[in-house]
Amino acid sequence: MLEVKNLHARIGEKEILKGINLVINDGETHAIMGPNGSGKSTLSAVLVGNPQYEVTEGEVWFNGKHSADGRLLPEGRKNLLEMKPEDRAHEGIFLSFQYPVEIPGVSMTNFMKAAINEKRKYQGLEPMNAAEFLKLMREKRKVVELDSKLSNRSVNEGFSGGEKKRNEIFQMAMLEPKLSILDETDSGLDVDAMRIVAEGVNKLQTPETSCIVITHYDRLLEMIRPQYVHVLYQGRIVKTGGPELAVLIQEHGYDWIKEEIGEE
Amino acid sequence: MKSEGFATASEARNEYVRRVTEQKYEFGFTTDIHTEIIEKGLNENIVRLISAKKGEPEWMLDFRLKAFRYWREQTEPKWGHVHVPPIDYQEISYYADPTYGKSRNSNNSSNSGQPDTIDPELEKTFDKLGIPLEERLALSGNTAVDAIMDSVSVKTTFKEKLREKGVIFCSIGEAVKEHGDLVRQYLGSVVPYRDNFFAALNSAVFSDGSFVYIPKGVRCPMELSSYFRINARNTGQFERTLIIADDDSYVSYLEGCTAPMRDENQLHAAIVEIIVMNRAEVKYSTVQNWYPGDENGKGGVLNLVTKRGELRGVDSKLSWTQVETGSAITWKYPSCILRGDRSQAEFYSVAVTNNYQEADTGTKMIHLGKNTKSTIISKGISAGHSQNSYRGLVRAAATADNARNYSSCDSLLLGSDCGAHTFPYMDVHNETAIFEHEATTSKISEEQLFYCNQRGIPTEQAVGLIVNGYAKEVLQKLPMEFAVEAQKLLSVSLEGTVG
Repeated sequence: MLEVKNLHARIGEKEILKGINLVINDGETHAIMGPNGSGKSTLSAVLVGNPQYEVTEGEVWFNGKHSADGRLLPEGRKNLLEMKPEDRAHEGIFLSFQYPVEIPGVSMTNFMKAAINEKRKYQGLEPMNAAEFLKLMREKRKVVELDSKLSNRSVNEGFSGGEKKRNEIFQMAMLEPKLSILDETDSGLDVDAMRIVAEGVNKLQTPETSCIVITHYDRLLEMIRPQYVHVLYQGRIVKTGGPELAVLIQEHGYDWIKEEIGEE
Repeated sequence: MKSEGFATASEARNEYVRRVTEQKYEFGFTTDIHTEIIEKGLNENIVRLISAKKGEPEWMLDFRLKAFRYWREQTEPKWGHVHVPPIDYQEISYYADPTYGKSRNSNNSSNSGQPDTIDPELEKTFDKLGIPLEERLALSGNTAVDAIMDSVSVKTTFKEKLREKGVIFCSIGEAVKEHGDLVRQYLGSVVPYRDNFFAALNSAVFSDGSFVYIPKGVRCPMELSSYFRINARNTGQFERTLIIADDDSYVSYLEGCTAPMRDENQLHAAIVEIIVMNRAEVKYSTVQNWYPGDENGKGGVLNLVTKRGELRGVDSKLSWTQVETGSAITWKYPSCILRGDRSQAEFYSVAVTNNYQEADTGTKMIHLGKNTKSTIISKGISAGHSQNSYRGLVRAAATADNARNYSSCDSLLLGSDCGAHTFPYMDVHNETAIFEHEATTSKISEEQLFYCNQRGIPTEQAVGLIVNGYAKEVLQKLPMEFAVEAQKLLSVSLEGTVG
């Protein structure tokens, strides 16, 4: 699914990612945790091609088949760093934004119609017909219990914090990505909203799709059960473990990890 | 490994904006046709010559001469937020006739001044512009067209069909001769020649334009439209349109305009006058796409226009809808005089400026009658190095009890080198009047564009989606055929066909 090799990235003069290595296989869910400012959101932004960040070194490969050592085999893999953000999306990468942006005047319906039809164009398909599209909207709204009224409103405009996050997962349901990156989707959500979001994400997971969950807390991870938990610190993945690592972090914070790697 | 090789995100954004807004002007071709152009310059003899060429009665010539003598004493207005290049009025030719030498209407009783047979080159030109002059090829089968090239009306379609209902739709030149009483009664009654410099100029030298009369109680069975085309070099176009909607009548009128790409500026100074009687309703829509000049601001049409309607009758309605994308300079304020009690007026405008275009446009709503109501929705979109201004006046006279106005003026900026300005004036002489004004300025942010990109929508489409969403309220007011053209002009397909 994804192979990240020695990835370095900066914003302005400031280097934030200092050599990330990460392999994600089909059907896996990986959590990325870490203290503030460790580079979690930068990693997600770089994977989806946000032009504010500059990649200075490293490789990111997407799709194709993994060899025994986890590397993606050359045939069929795509070099993400050479692709425009929209083409990365068409290839199946989706980011649930930490702060979804408002787009006044553009209704959710028209926005999703444009997104779906651009993807179909990329795949060489005709635009989806109106009836089929509206049916799809109705079905996918149910995944996150999104009010039908919201799809007639402008994108994220006047949505509450919880509605914005549910709207992200609704878009994920519509676009059926292969790799979903949830960037602090749990922040600002109460327990009920978090459950709706988590259940939505779980419903959308298949053996062919993978997920990266970026979070500070293990509460979301109790609902979306990752196979792997990575700790990102100062631009590097400094520790990788199973779900138990998230519990340890919740109880003890990050200091013990900092000590392990030889910091004060 | 920078994204697409741009040093900064804002450079990338500017590049997107440049690409999106850099649409080639589609209608810049010229027609190679023998055109009679009178000598350059403006004096009383030229005014007399124009009148003679059009075979006008004495009263019309008098009107022109009075206007000319007044114009001679005036100076150009300077108050608009535009930089009109110096215009040498003696270097312009005031009459260009692409139908010269054709025999005219020898075989029928009408006196239209239009040629019997249309030069194939002219027909081809209008075909290319999407305006078929043959009735069987009409746009939707339900639009009558008056096609005007340079100073002359080339053809008016569906005249006979409209005549069955008593609707008069012809060139203003024909109307002067055939419906002299109506023209004499109404011409200059809404926009007198003393109104402003360009109105005086137009009144002196106006060449052609359309005339519409809808009789009492008639709902015009078709959309009426005029298509204006400037072709000849170094000529001005001074069209004159007069629309009269008698009691209890209804008409929807459309106006389209294009011009070839030329390096020098072309002057276009038109007047549109509309008279709306008791309980009548007029909808006037414009898609203005005159040549805007090149990307360095060279050439382009100077569009200096006076448009005004008078809601003379009680319960009358007038609605101006305009999509302004062309012209190097636009100076235009379609206005309404709300004289009749309970009359209602609307102004819906989208003005797009790019490169070095300048637009100073808006409206005047003059409330005279009681319980009158006006609405102003203005959307400015600026890109490149352009300047886009809304200028509006809302006035309640002492007689205008309970006058109501709602104004909303929004500006959208694409890029950081353009300007948006709002000059709203209010002048209230009646304390029962309630006027509201709202204004916003916004920019398409990099975050919005990236959000769209991440969902698979490329930046050009994203800008189109946002711009169309922004202009939706106005575009929805346009008749179908025009909405399609307007969408195309705004570079993407219109929203709202689904859901």
